[in-house]
Amino acid sequence: MSEPSYDHAVDRSHMKVSDEVAIQISQMNKWYGQFHVLRDINLTVNRGERIVIAGPSGSGKSTMIRCINRLEEHQSGKIIVDGIELTSDLKNIDKVRSEVGMVFQHFNLFPHLTILENLTLAPIWVRKVPKREAEETAMYYLQKVKIPEQAHKYPGQLSGGQQQRVAIARSLCMKPKIMLFDEPTSALDPEMIKEVLDTMIQLAEEGMTMLCVTHEMGFAQAVANRVIFMADGQIVEQNNPHDFFHNPQSERTKQFLSQILGH
Amino acid sequence: MSDTSFVRTEMLPPKPAPVSQVGVVKWMRENLFSGPLNTALTVFGLLVTAWLVQAGAPWLIHGVWNANSLTECRTIIAERWGPEATGACWAIIRVRWNQFLFGFYPVEEYWRLFLTFAGLFLALAPVLFDALPRKLIWGTLLYPLVAFWLLWGGPVWGPVGVLVGFALMGLAFTRLAPKLGVPVAAGAGLILAAVVWLYAVGPFESAMQSVLPLALPEVVSDKFGGFLLALVIGVTAIVVSLPLGILLALGRQSDMVMVKALSVGMIEFIRGVPLITLLFTASLLLQYFLPPGTTFDLILRVVILVTLFAAAYIAEVIRGGLAALPRGQYEAADALGLDYWQAQRLIIMPQALKISIPGIVSSFIGLFKDTTLVTFVGLFDPLKGISGVVRSDMAWKGTYWEPYIFVAVIFFLFNFSMSRYSMYLERKLKRDHR
Repeated sequence: MSEPSYDHAVDRSHMKVSDEVAIQISQMNKWYGQFHVLRDINLTVNRGERIVIAGPSGSGKSTMIRCINRLEEHQSGKIIVDGIELTSDLKNIDKVRSEVGMVFQHFNLFPHLTILENLTLAPIWVRKVPKREAEETAMYYLQKVKIPEQAHKYPGQLSGGQQQRVAIARSLCMKPKIMLFDEPTSALDPEMIKEVLDTMIQLAEEGMTMLCVTHEMGFAQAVANRVIFMADGQIVEQNNPHDFFHNPQSERTKQFLSQILGH
Repeated sequence: MSDTSFVRTEMLPPKPAPVSQVGVVKWMRENLFSGPLNTALTVFGLLVTAWLVQAGAPWLIHGVWNANSLTECRTIIAERWGPEATGACWAIIRVRWNQFLFGFYPVEEYWRLFLTFAGLFLALAPVLFDALPRKLIWGTLLYPLVAFWLLWGGPVWGPVGVLVGFALMGLAFTRLAPKLGVPVAAGAGLILAAVVWLYAVGPFESAMQSVLPLALPEVVSDKFGGFLLALVIGVTAIVVSLPLGILLALGRQSDMVMVKALSVGMIEFIRGVPLITLLFTASLLLQYFLPPGTTFDLILRVVILVTLFAAAYIAEVIRGGLAALPRGQYEAADALGLDYWQAQRLIIMPQALKISIPGIVSSFIGLFKDTTLVTFVGLFDPLKGISGVVRSDMAWKGTYWEPYIFVAVIFFLFNFSMSRYSMYLERKLKRDHR
């Protein structure tokens, strides 16, 4: 396999999957107008799971994880996150969002605020944490993603990889129980992908529940406990990474894997 | 030996660059005479400038400041520069400047105007420059009521009653907002304040006045005119139209059908009719809709409609700023759990307003100049109203350019300062570093 392998470096001692359910999606469907984007999605995620979602573009993988924090609305079925069902009740939505961190393909940092302000904004306004304390937490996470020296710069002054690490730190400052990653490395230059993946691996090692849409199959092999393959708005196959990559069952999966790994 | 080997025995001292490559000569070569077209334009520009100067300069140079009538001006000019000479009669400004600035405001009360004007700068300072201590903003919030009392006079207890209404509104809002949400709390606060203003301020004022009389001589709205009027209308409309414009722009993007329909309807209606139509509505029609017997000050009515007019334009300017923001900013704010009003206040508006600064300031400048249109509803604006009054005086009949030039210069000073400030603000808020 040509993808880099992280296996030797990853410390799995804290990666424990508990019996407790973090996210439960049952019979979920979504349409854009007449277009049926997500069809009968059923997925249960336990606390501590690290799930990688793969699939061709347009298969609905981003839309699915965006439904988990209601950036997209589903039209039928049930989504229960951390015990709260997502309905049109705005209070519940905000509660879920403050427990679920999200990292975007294009970082979406706030360009008019410094890095430190980006990190402290939500804790101060949503969690009502005192400013001093929020700043201490922010510095702790900036240290963790290894860029504390950038705290007083603006996002526009940082490289793509640094911005994405700031975005991860910004989510972590809310002390989320679940982290969603929507193609976090797709907009990055190759030499910056590793620094972001390293940060994500570190997070996985600490036992974070993660759902990750990505094309980084090396990351999937190293960190994931489950790989989900989606096509045409449906979950086509899911398995542990070893069996998923070495013994795929469905034709669609085989075709996909041969396309992305077979160069 | 070949020439490939070379050893310098003497170092060269620096020499000055050729004259054609430095300083003024170089600049002129590059910018004024770089080609046939540019050279032709330069010559044409010089000719136009020369013609303007020869036409206007004598008139300005012959200007007379000390005279008591236009005839006197003309005599002085003829004596000094010959019978054919023309010249400006600035004496009209020297004699009547107070009317251009203050209209018919009683002279012995001018100190109130000076105080109000000085206060305006104190009130604006903490808004315009964020380096000043934030506590000064309380003074700014208090200023409108102080200014109102100083300008119109009457018992101090009226404005104090209005202030109590605002305080109750703020109290109701801060108490209710966490429970009922921002829009409902704001509505409840507004209703409470309106009730206080309509039913409690009057009795409160007369009661307090009988206990502790504290009043300035009253000056009625008819006495207002000139730049005093332009500034009262302009500053009030500018200050109120910005928040109103923001609300209209947000309303236009709302998912709630009624809010959206009302916002779109209001914006399109107001932008669709001339300001003068609205001013006539203010002066004539509005009275019909009010309960009989209520008198509603003409300046106040005009201010309200000018404000609505400006707000519609500002809403559209801000909509442009909102459209320029990537969707990701909304999504990131949502994903962090910020609610709608927090996201707007902390993430969306700071960026959208920054993008909209040039458009907003353009609207403000246009609005300030549009205040001269109030002349059509019988108010004395500086340009037509006061100039007309002054020129109808027998002593100054026939003066034409001087009042207009004077008024234009003052308008230019205000508007140019606004334009400069907006450029300063844009530079200061530039954060993209790309």
